[in-house]
Amino acid sequence: MDNSTKKNKKIDISSGILSVLASLICIIIGLLVGLVILYCINSENALDGFSRILKGGFYLKPKGIGTVLAQTAPLIMTGLSVAFAFKTGLFNIGAAGQYTLGALGALYFALVLKMPWFVCLLAAMLFGALWGAIPGIFKAYFNVNEVITAIMFNWIGLYAVNEIIYKGVIGDMYDMKTTKTYTLRSTSPSSMIPDMGLNNLFKTKSTTIAIFIAIIIAIVVYIVINKTTFGYELKACGHNKEAARYAGINDKKNIVLSMTIAGALSGIGAGLYYLSGVAEWNPQVSTALPAMGFNGIPVALLALSNPIGVIFAALFVSHITVGGGYLPTKYFQPEIADVIIAVIIYLCAFVMLFKGMVLEAIANKKKKKDAQTQTSDMGKGAAE
Amino acid sequence: MENNDYIIEMLNITKEFPGIKANDNVTLQLRKGEIHALLGENGAGKSTLMSILFGLYQPTSGVIKKNGKEVKINNPNDANDLNIGMVHQHFKLVECFSVLDNIILGIEPAKGLFLSKKGAREKVAALSDKYGLKVDPDALVSDITVGMQQRTEILKMLYRDNEILIFDEPTAVLTPQEIEELMKIMKNLAREGKSILFITHKLNEIMEVSDRCTILRKGKYIGTVNIKDTTKEELSKMMVGRDVNFKVDKKPAKPGETVLKIENMTVPSKMHKNNAVKNVSFNVRRGEIVCIAGIDGNGQTEFVHALTGLEKMTEGKIIFDGKDITDASIRERSKSGMSHIPEDRHKHGLVLDYTLEQNMVLQRYWDDEFQKNGFIKQSAVRKYSQRLIEQYDVRSGQGPITIARSMSGGNQQKAIIAREIDKNPDLLVAVQPTRGLDVGAIEYIHSQLVAQRDKGKAVLLVSLELDEVMNVSDRILVMYEGEIVGQLDPDKTTVEELGLYMAGAKREKVPAQVN
Ligand SMILES: Nc1ncnc2c1ncn2[C@@H]1O[C@H](COP(=O)(O)OP(=O)(O)O)[C@@H](O)[C@H]1O
Ligand SMILES: [Mg+2]
Repeated sequence: MDNSTKKNKKIDISSGILSVLASLICIIIGLLVGLVILYCINSENALDGFSRILKGGFYLKPKGIGTVLAQTAPLIMTGLSVAFAFKTGLFNIGAAGQYTLGALGALYFALVLKMPWFVCLLAAMLFGALWGAIPGIFKAYFNVNEVITAIMFNWIGLYAVNEIIYKGVIGDMYDMKTTKTYTLRSTSPSSMIPDMGLNNLFKTKSTTIAIFIAIIIAIVVYIVINKTTFGYELKACGHNKEAARYAGINDKKNIVLSMTIAGALSGIGAGLYYLSGVAEWNPQVSTALPAMGFNGIPVALLALSNPIGVIFAALFVSHITVGGGYLPTKYFQPEIADVIIAVIIYLCAFVMLFKGMVLEAIANKKKKKDAQTQTSDMGKGAAE
Repeated sequence: MENNDYIIEMLNITKEFPGIKANDNVTLQLRKGEIHALLGENGAGKSTLMSILFGLYQPTSGVIKKNGKEVKINNPNDANDLNIGMVHQHFKLVECFSVLDNIILGIEPAKGLFLSKKGAREKVAALSDKYGLKVDPDALVSDITVGMQQRTEILKMLYRDNEILIFDEPTAVLTPQEIEELMKIMKNLAREGKSILFITHKLNEIMEVSDRCTILRKGKYIGTVNIKDTTKEELSKMMVGRDVNFKVDKKPAKPGETVLKIENMTVPSKMHKNNAVKNVSFNVRRGEIVCIAGIDGNGQTEFVHALTGLEKMTEGKIIFDGKDITDASIRERSKSGMSHIPEDRHKHGLVLDYTLEQNMVLQRYWDDEFQKNGFIKQSAVRKYSQRLIEQYDVRSGQGPITIARSMSGGNQQKAIIAREIDKNPDLLVAVQPTRGLDVGAIEYIHSQLVAQRDKGKAVLLVSLELDEVMNVSDRILVMYEGEIVGQLDPDKTTVEELGLYMAGAKREKVPAQVN
């Protein structure tokens, strides 16, 4: 019995390693395609550009690293948001809208109510949760596909938030001079997430403990999904709704809860971003949904929906995005980094396929080895 | 015997899956024109062996020969090129296509860019005449009976001029009449020179149609026998490795107090406008096995769903242990002592992507035994499932952490039965608990049901199998078109009489309350 549990562990670990391997294959192929694109655009400077992307934040130490960390925190959250919903068999394409609502919550509590940062973060969470709950309710009680509702609520959310901020519906947040919301630093410093000296360390303005908050939440999400009865119920619903019902699990409640939590995670993401003062909301140019929300999807895919994996996937995506920003604009558009990420994202859809291929390759190798030992055994037998 | 007498030979086939040798040095030789049965317990490796022949799996070692020449079958297309066809246990038909379209799918005859179905239609009609395979070529697959779907699958093979026909548990899904018909068809096919590999658990069927039988046990080859020279008893002994008792051992029932009281239950149908269950009333007492018999689709499924809370009933009352549970949730019913072995183990009984141990606690994960403050006690779950696995002999590749999907049907069913019985219920609702299982497993499950009864539990068995109904139950209620049309005593009735009630040819007024 002891022996079998040991064997079990080994299998668990190797499956984990496989997932990492598959994700790495995606990344490498994505990077190679990026290199080819760089070559096509400007072959002379391709290698230089490529190395800048690879170096990412490290290209401009230490500031770049600080920037990467500041970008990673919200991305972890939206990645978690999508991954969490995936576990329940739901596709949360609404992370962008929930993120937008989270931004409104954070900015309103900070700029108008001048609340301390953690209150603002909670507000961001609640606003996001509300926006996640709506598609969940539609799905559970009216059987409307969550993707459709979430996409609609993305846009409803975006335009509503723009209007509310621009017109000052719930208070004065909009600065005519900059055409953005007021900066937190000058208007309500106590609403800023503390930096604990990180800004000094990285010589940046917006590297705060947000990254640690995000990592802690990722660990909490991991524990909730894998170690609790709640996670057990959620995953059961995701895998087989009928069996979950048979087991007395309230599937409708779980769908709503799952989307609500996914929304809350996205909302926190926005809070971490805006309360760190990385940027201000610009209601006039924000006519596209925040990319941070959509990038949660590839992050979740790349991580195979594993919350711990999400941390690393988000770090990586931020890393090359920031690196893309350092491309010499004379030769390259910084969007080239987006192209590479896009390629990686497309490949993410194949992560599972790669995993299968790796598995097969290993099996083949083992087979060959077995065959060899078998023949040598047979040889031995004959000799005897 | 000359080698070239064999149309197909599978020699020394070994197939390994993670943690298990599904086939371990198995040899199977098929003669031209014979019906060759493949017998083995659930999980013995029969489907795996046939999947290898059909190119779905590659053997770890071993060779396949056709007409004495070694062949490589890398995929089902290769198999088709070698004239090997297979009817899977779960049919692989396109529901929204017509029968004809399904038959010609993949090799559609074309004139230029256009489909030319006329020739195909004639060929199908000819085949269907020749072998007595009645189908309606223009009906949609989703509208036809399971039997006709199976005939469609058979026509699919014949249309492709397949010579070697593999039937993987073809009778598991059929009614007795349809089985009868299939047996005839198979004999016809063999007479016309087709070679047939026939997987089944039902020894009667093997004795009736096959010429020879190869037996597997736990992946290993046990032997090949001529049916003429053998008996049912010998076959089952070879399969299980011990003597099997066909008659269920049980003493007369000693019914006690009433556990379940159903009053005027009416349940609407999802398929049509009429009610699926109409005004059904009866009681089940401690210490008795009450069996609801009937042909599939006469409201049994809806009845059980309403009883266990999966579906709402529109009228009536359910009293369980003296409490009205008509509006209770599924969880409440389960907590108050109702266990449910569901009809469809893949849809309801298991989360196939969960591990075996996760499935073992599916009805109890919320219990204090397995969780504390919302955290699952992993070691308790492991220990519990290991106990159930041992006690109920659930076989799998990797023990508690085996993914349920990779387990054989019989062992999946055993896992469910272990889980539901171990809950120590007052009422055990078992719906077709032995569907698709081998005689060893059936014997075991029947003895478990009787043991529950003897412990003073109430057992409500829903079954389509006449043998099961007659052997296991203490009281039979026949359901026809959503109504209870007869109450029979298994000791005083015959299979023929039961059949008349099931077919709706006979009915009596059943007293609502039996105490
Ligand atoms: N794809 C698979 N992966 C892992 N194990 C499998 C797979 N298919 C079958 N098995 C295992 O191989 C054994 C034989 O299964 P199967 O051939 O389906 O049995 P049978 O058809 O005789 O009931 C079972 O223990 C089953 O769990
Ligand atoms: Mg099988």
